[in-house]
Amino acid sequence: MIAIVDYDMGNIGSVYNMLKKIGRKSEITRDPEKIRQADHIILPGVGAFDSGMEQLEKFGLVELIRQKALVDKTPILGICLGAQLMLEKSEEGEKPGLGLVKGEVVRFQLSPESKLRIPNMGWNQITKVKSSPLVDVLPEHPRYYFVHSYHFKLAQPEDQLLMSEYGYSFCSAFQQGTIAGVQFHPEKSHKFGMALLRNFTEAS
Amino acid sequence: MYQSRVIPVLLCNLEGSLVKTQKFKKPVYVGDPVNAVKIFNDKEVDELIFLDITATAQGRRPNIRYISEIATEAFMPLCYGGGLSNMEDIRAVIKAGIEKVSINSALEKDPDLISRAADVLGSSSTVASIDVKKDFWGKHRVAVRNASKNLAMPLVEFAQLMEQKGAGEIVLNCVDRDGVMEGFDLDLIRQVSHAVSIPVIACGGAGNIAHLRQAIDAGASAVAAGSMFVFQGKHRAVLISYPSQEELRSINEL
Repeated sequence: MIAIVDYDMGNIGSVYNMLKKIGRKSEITRDPEKIRQADHIILPGVGAFDSGMEQLEKFGLVELIRQKALVDKTPILGICLGAQLMLEKSEEGEKPGLGLVKGEVVRFQLSPESKLRIPNMGWNQITKVKSSPLVDVLPEHPRYYFVHSYHFKLAQPEDQLLMSEYGYSFCSAFQQGTIAGVQFHPEKSHKFGMALLRNFTEAS
Repeated sequence: MYQSRVIPVLLCNLEGSLVKTQKFKKPVYVGDPVNAVKIFNDKEVDELIFLDITATAQGRRPNIRYISEIATEAFMPLCYGGGLSNMEDIRAVIKAGIEKVSINSALEKDPDLISRAADVLGSSSTVASIDVKKDFWGKHRVAVRNASKNLAMPLVEFAQLMEQKGAGEIVLNCVDRDGVMEGFDLDLIRQVSHAVSIPVIACGGAGNIAHLRQAIDAGASAVAAGSMFVFQGKHRAVLISYPSQEELRSINEL
């Protein structure tokens, strides 16, 4: 079963809807027992970093997610805030993250002359920086929907999976073994998102 | 490359039918919303704005069952507006599968609703929708109650207040250009987009690709349109369309 972790951070029904569309059964849950039994975990989320960690703590999910990802090696995919929480810390908050992958989350630093605005809200292309079952098969000219003011800054370049441009080049997805995170919203990115979620749910 | 968003706006009424207005009046039936959303899925649209234009006028709350029916079919970001005046309804709409809420009428009496929504949903999911109409003197004014009354506060000040309260973006609706398809009010877009640092979505007046480009050049971060994507030809036959990826790229090229 695919567990979509429900910790009251934003609209997570869309992830369920898209999985259903591609014929995958999932469950939106915060029940530790169900998450323990899951063979895939998706950690979605929209909102502030500290609120996200507080909610995971409140529902007693921090250690469980660490255990599943780091010890049991259950494939886990973080989306947007969910992916940011997988790193060690963020400029947006004080709390430590889940620390599944080494790195931090930093605010976009655009030059004062830039016409671009923050949050970065819209569609953007991606460039693969390494091979992975998660992204090796995607439709042509893949593009994804982004909504964020902060982005990943990984400690180990080998964990970078995708890069995108917004004023400058930034890491838009990371992967280390069975742990992956994407800054964009595959669940709102048409066939490109369907392909990525299909790849993730087929990985074991 | 980053591309400015091009967003179809769908209006619906009490019966759950899609309609299209001119200058916020004369609603014409254009079809079934779920069907329209499916077509827009196939066309891979950037985003959709969905507005219930009768909710506030009729003192109704958002129709959650209906919203969730639409959200289930939408594989693109979806913004909902109409009848949102309290946090309970806003939460219910998000739970129904909507990414962003667009708050409009309630801002007249309760601009802090933007702050309360942004605290819970985050700014990126909180949209301030501002209707603008020229007054007798040709000055842009914030229009409320289905554009029947103007606010005293100057437009630019109101837009800045929305940013300060935590709105993640502003949808700027030009009432005078609604459904006219002869181009955006570029002066209006310039005024507001230069006064705030959050994205401004220009809406009202789009009739062709060149118009979209003009709005982006004037400072809009994204463009929205109704008639352009639901009508075809000078007799306004109903046909849902959306620009091709090449056409969309041309909007952004320098």
